[in-house]
Amino acid sequence: MNWAFYLIAALTVAGGLAAVLLKNTVHCALALTVAFAGLALFFLQLDAQFAGFAQILVYIGAVAILIVFAILLTRGSETPKGSVFSRNWLAGLAIAAGVFAVLGWAVLHSASVLPHETAAPTVTVLQIGNALMGRYVLPLEIVALLLTAALIGAVIVALHEKEGSR
Amino acid sequence: MIETMDQIFVLLQHWLMGLLPAALQPVAGVVLGVVAIVCLFPALFALTTVFERKGLARIQNRIGPNRVGPLGILQPVADGIKSLIKEDIVPLCADGVVHFLAPLLLVVAVFMGFAVLPMGRNMVLVDMDAGLLFFFAMGASTELSVFMAGWSSRNKYSLLGAMRAVAQMISYEVPLLMSSLSVVMIAGSLSLTKIVEAQNHYTWGLPHWYIFTPWGLAGFLTYAIATTAETNRSPFDLPEGESELVAGYHTEYSGFKFALFFLGEYLAMFSISGLGTTLFLGGWSAPFSFLGWVPSWFWFFSKMMLSIFVFIWMRGTLPRLRQDQLMNFAWKFVLPLTLVNLMVTVLWRFLGDGWQRWVFCSAILIVAYAGIGLAGMRRGHFGPRRYLYAE
Repeated sequence: MNWAFYLIAALTVAGGLAAVLLKNTVHCALALTVAFAGLALFFLQLDAQFAGFAQILVYIGAVAILIVFAILLTRGSETPKGSVFSRNWLAGLAIAAGVFAVLGWAVLHSASVLPHETAAPTVTVLQIGNALMGRYVLPLEIVALLLTAALIGAVIVALHEKEGSR
Repeated sequence: MIETMDQIFVLLQHWLMGLLPAALQPVAGVVLGVVAIVCLFPALFALTTVFERKGLARIQNRIGPNRVGPLGILQPVADGIKSLIKEDIVPLCADGVVHFLAPLLLVVAVFMGFAVLPMGRNMVLVDMDAGLLFFFAMGASTELSVFMAGWSSRNKYSLLGAMRAVAQMISYEVPLLMSSLSVVMIAGSLSLTKIVEAQNHYTWGLPHWYIFTPWGLAGFLTYAIATTAETNRSPFDLPEGESELVAGYHTEYSGFKFALFFLGEYLAMFSISGLGTTLFLGGWSAPFSFLGWVPSWFWFFSKMMLSIFVFIWMRGTLPRLRQDQLMNFAWKFVLPLTLVNLMVTVLWRFLGDGWQRWVFCSAILIVAYAGIGLAGMRRGHFGPRRYLYAE
């Protein structure tokens, strides 16, 4: 908990807030990227190099690009005339507060369940690789299968539209 | 003497650090390294522009720049002054903040990549455990600044150029990462210094560079193709194809902001050539063991400039691809080849020493290359483009 933490936290929260509050959708996507970058900096601050760089590579390099492409290729890039707030924002606020409360409760209670670490653990990329290929290989394969299925599904959905129009 | 020449920049850095109080020394060391990188590579960029214009002129039977200084060698100085004193025009309906930030973010992200490149023995700014991953993470974040530049200009050519650039960079990033992955599998590390050390051995005076293995040669070829596309160089320079898109995503940039885009493009070329050198061409190690007395940094920069020369040569030689050819090439030819190469790398790793693995791996790669190539040619729709969605 030092000044770097508060600096990155301010940046991340500001990025997240801007992503919700800005009117222009592309600006929102760019603000979301700032929040992603802030999260990556958090990982790096915790000495998790692999997670931090993977966050940058996947979220800034791919997910953010995907979002802006989706905005540009659909008809969502026009700036709305009126307010950006939805009419039932009160319900949204309640749900968000509920989710936040559950997450906060889970995080605060996890300290008593997990083994108590005295020193910060040093994890190398080699260890992560060994764990992914050894102990966690089944979850990894399941995730890979799920992503492949999603990819094929997306292609089929995109192609189907064309056959129908002919 | 040989040792001193090899370590001259490291010694210089330590000498300069010694002039400061001990408390400031770690910070001063980092600052000196950063300043060296920030000064050296733009200077190389200036030289390369003259070199490229002269080289292209030679290829096209022209003379090239020859007015400023002897043999036109001072041309980049004139270009620099010109871009500094030009008016900075921002289109009226452009998105001011994003338009301003795009070139800055591009150049910053590209400069970050140099931090992990080992440019000589002990000459690396940050020796990270996940150096290669850091390099690719920084490379991937340039795509967003290209998009920002194209979108914020509010110009159809800019937007089309940015969309093309982003689509191309995403497509070719897959083979780029995949072909580097085989090196990681053999070297057993993501740290670039360890990858160079793994190649710095000699048998009968010849080096153990990865390009001199079947999987290394195939990997290097796919890596070279992917880097050419990733840096938007000819024959993959569609994003800024002058004849159809004016200048692509930097159409609406003038003055020094345009110069920053130009700088970013060349710096990306340097850094990705440096990475290719590190991964496949043995980094700073000498090509023959009897040349070990030549300073290690000399070898790194010679190999890097040799790659730049090949880039320029290709630009002068090859015509530009069409967008659908570009995508088909990436997904139907380069990607399958890199996947086959990954499998071959695994075989190479587990077949053990001996001549069998050379024959076996080479045979698989040649068959795969010829097979995928011939299948693609036979399917051959070389005629006019079939539009899927825009009919």
